[in-house]
Amino acid sequence: MSDDAVPVGERRQLAPPVDDSGALGWMRRHLFSSWSNGITTVVLVVAIGWILSNFLEWAVFTANLTAATGSECRGGGACWALIREKYRYIFFGSFPYEQHWRPLFAVIAMLAMLVLSADRRMWNWRLLVIWGVGSFVTFLLMFGQIHIPLSLFLFVALAVGGIGMNLRKAIANTGEMNTYRALAAVGLVGLVLRIVGILPAWSLAIAPLSYVETSLWGGIPVTMILATYGLAFAFPYGVLLALGRRSNLPLIKGLCVGFIELIRGVPLISLLIMASVMLPLFLPSGTTIDKFLRAQVAVILFAGAYIAEVIRGGLQSLPKGQFEAADAMGLSYPQKTLLIILPQALRVVIPPLINTFIGFFKDTSLVLIIGIFDFLNTANQALVDPNWAGFPGEVYLFAAFIYFIFCFSMSRYSKYLEVELNKGTRR
Amino acid sequence: MAAKAARDLSNVASVIELRSVNKWFGQFHVLSDINLDVKEGEKIVICGPSGSGKSTLIRCINRLEEHQAGDIIVDGVTLSNDVKNIEAIRREVGMVFQSFNLFPHLTILDNLTLAPIWVKKTPKKEAEEIAMSLLNRVRIPEQALKYPGQLSGGQQQRVAIARALCMRPKIMLFDEPTSALDPEMVKEVLDVMIELAREGMTMLCVTHEMGFARAVADRVIFMDRGEIVEQNEPEEFFANPQNERTKLFLGQILHH
Repeated sequence: MSDDAVPVGERRQLAPPVDDSGALGWMRRHLFSSWSNGITTVVLVVAIGWILSNFLEWAVFTANLTAATGSECRGGGACWALIREKYRYIFFGSFPYEQHWRPLFAVIAMLAMLVLSADRRMWNWRLLVIWGVGSFVTFLLMFGQIHIPLSLFLFVALAVGGIGMNLRKAIANTGEMNTYRALAAVGLVGLVLRIVGILPAWSLAIAPLSYVETSLWGGIPVTMILATYGLAFAFPYGVLLALGRRSNLPLIKGLCVGFIELIRGVPLISLLIMASVMLPLFLPSGTTIDKFLRAQVAVILFAGAYIAEVIRGGLQSLPKGQFEAADAMGLSYPQKTLLIILPQALRVVIPPLINTFIGFFKDTSLVLIIGIFDFLNTANQALVDPNWAGFPGEVYLFAAFIYFIFCFSMSRYSKYLEVELNKGTRR
Repeated sequence: MAAKAARDLSNVASVIELRSVNKWFGQFHVLSDINLDVKEGEKIVICGPSGSGKSTLIRCINRLEEHQAGDIIVDGVTLSNDVKNIEAIRREVGMVFQSFNLFPHLTILDNLTLAPIWVKKTPKKEAEEIAMSLLNRVRIPEQALKYPGQLSGGQQQRVAIARALCMRPKIMLFDEPTSALDPEMVKEVLDVMIELAREGMTMLCVTHEMGFARAVADRVIFMDRGEIVEQNEPEEFFANPQNERTKLFLGQILHH
């Protein structure tokens, strides 16, 4: 090089070589670098092309979109007319037909709630508002009527007062503290009176629409509610289980380990059947718990155990020094856990965590075992119509496509989260 | 240096007292009958071969390790299993680790303000002012908004010192603060520690930096097999080691 004469330490810094070989050069290097590589490329391209052309032939070019009955569809390609005919049932199940706008808007409300909470800037008190409003709208639309019992109001007052008193002890002024104290006192006294029976079983009725019971719910709202609320409750529950499993207190540790191992040791289906068939046997006669709610609780318990194990992996990956540094500063256990440990542990486990979420989104379809009409089950039921018998491929492909949209979105979100949360912290 | 060595600490109150402290790791007797008085403003360097219990000793002082027998009294509070007691002591005792242990998910500034805001309930603005003045003191204010992973080892350790100082501790514990550093970064950390020592902080340092010991220590303690074998003023300690084990150890680390 001409720089040879320049003494060491004063050489100019060179730019790396630029790749200027273009598309052909790229192909030669990556697809046809050797005989075997070239043959593999050709074989794979031909195979993919053959499969794709056959599929498109069936799904697009010879497809029937307009047939009025199943028999008109026969012989040709895909019978998408079946989906056109049945999509309302597949999406919303047995929900009263003329009221289908309600589950539609419920789904939109839930989607809006999920999209909003995906944004990191919302991860504060806003999250509570989003989920409060979103859930209220969703269930008001689905049920049509909501009765809020007095005890719930009292409980919320007690909780807000209690949390406020503890968390804002050092920051709040006297007026604010008195408000918390008053709230907590009213809530506590009210709850006691309610339990003793002095306060009546009053409830606030919000009833703008006709009541639709959960046994009529079906389709996509059912799948979304089971998955969304299943995971929303299972996540904090799983975090607590994971922390409990690492606790120094033998009783708490034992309970958590026992629960996790017990739940992981049985199939979800058996848990669902237990919740649906066996639980009512143990309840005092006269009390009933909604079947949908029982399935929901079973999903939460099951998902919680799995999430706990994923999060435990994250907790174990943290160096001991992080715990010691937090301890040495005088942080209390909750402060250490919330400010130092969990933010780091959860970051580490985003990929396996979302993997678990995706798995559970699909596992909600197992509720069909106990006769709940989730999305896959309503798709299944659409095949029962004798007028349209014989097109399972179309229906399952359609269901698979909808599931794919949800799961792929979660997968992409996982990717985004990883990048977003590791900004700046990467070496 | 002669003036320092002559400093009379006999009338000064003790801030740390260890009375017959014993500790075992399983069957291994890691601290055996340790007695130690640390006066206010005293700087102590603890050295000894690896596994001699020196890190365990200072980690017992802020209860990162639990001792099994004897008493440890820090600033008038006797260490016990009472969480309130432990947290009170930890507020008064700052600690710097060999591996820095900064929180990688927080910016430098957030690392510094975390404990003052959450433990001492200092208003955020005030905590940030204190943090910035300390970052100035360790000479890296321009790094305040970066993350620990973006800093060099020496810078990270200086941040760790500033973080411990943010709580305005009475006592600072250093657990081999320069052992994990590249050689060219040792000096920048030692300079900060020397400055801190000159300002009168009570310091316990586990270190093999004998230059540092000579420059600031009031007392050098040599530990081996869980015992305090020998302790003396640095001049005497290095010039006239009494115990055979001390001589052997000094011979090994000073042979260059």
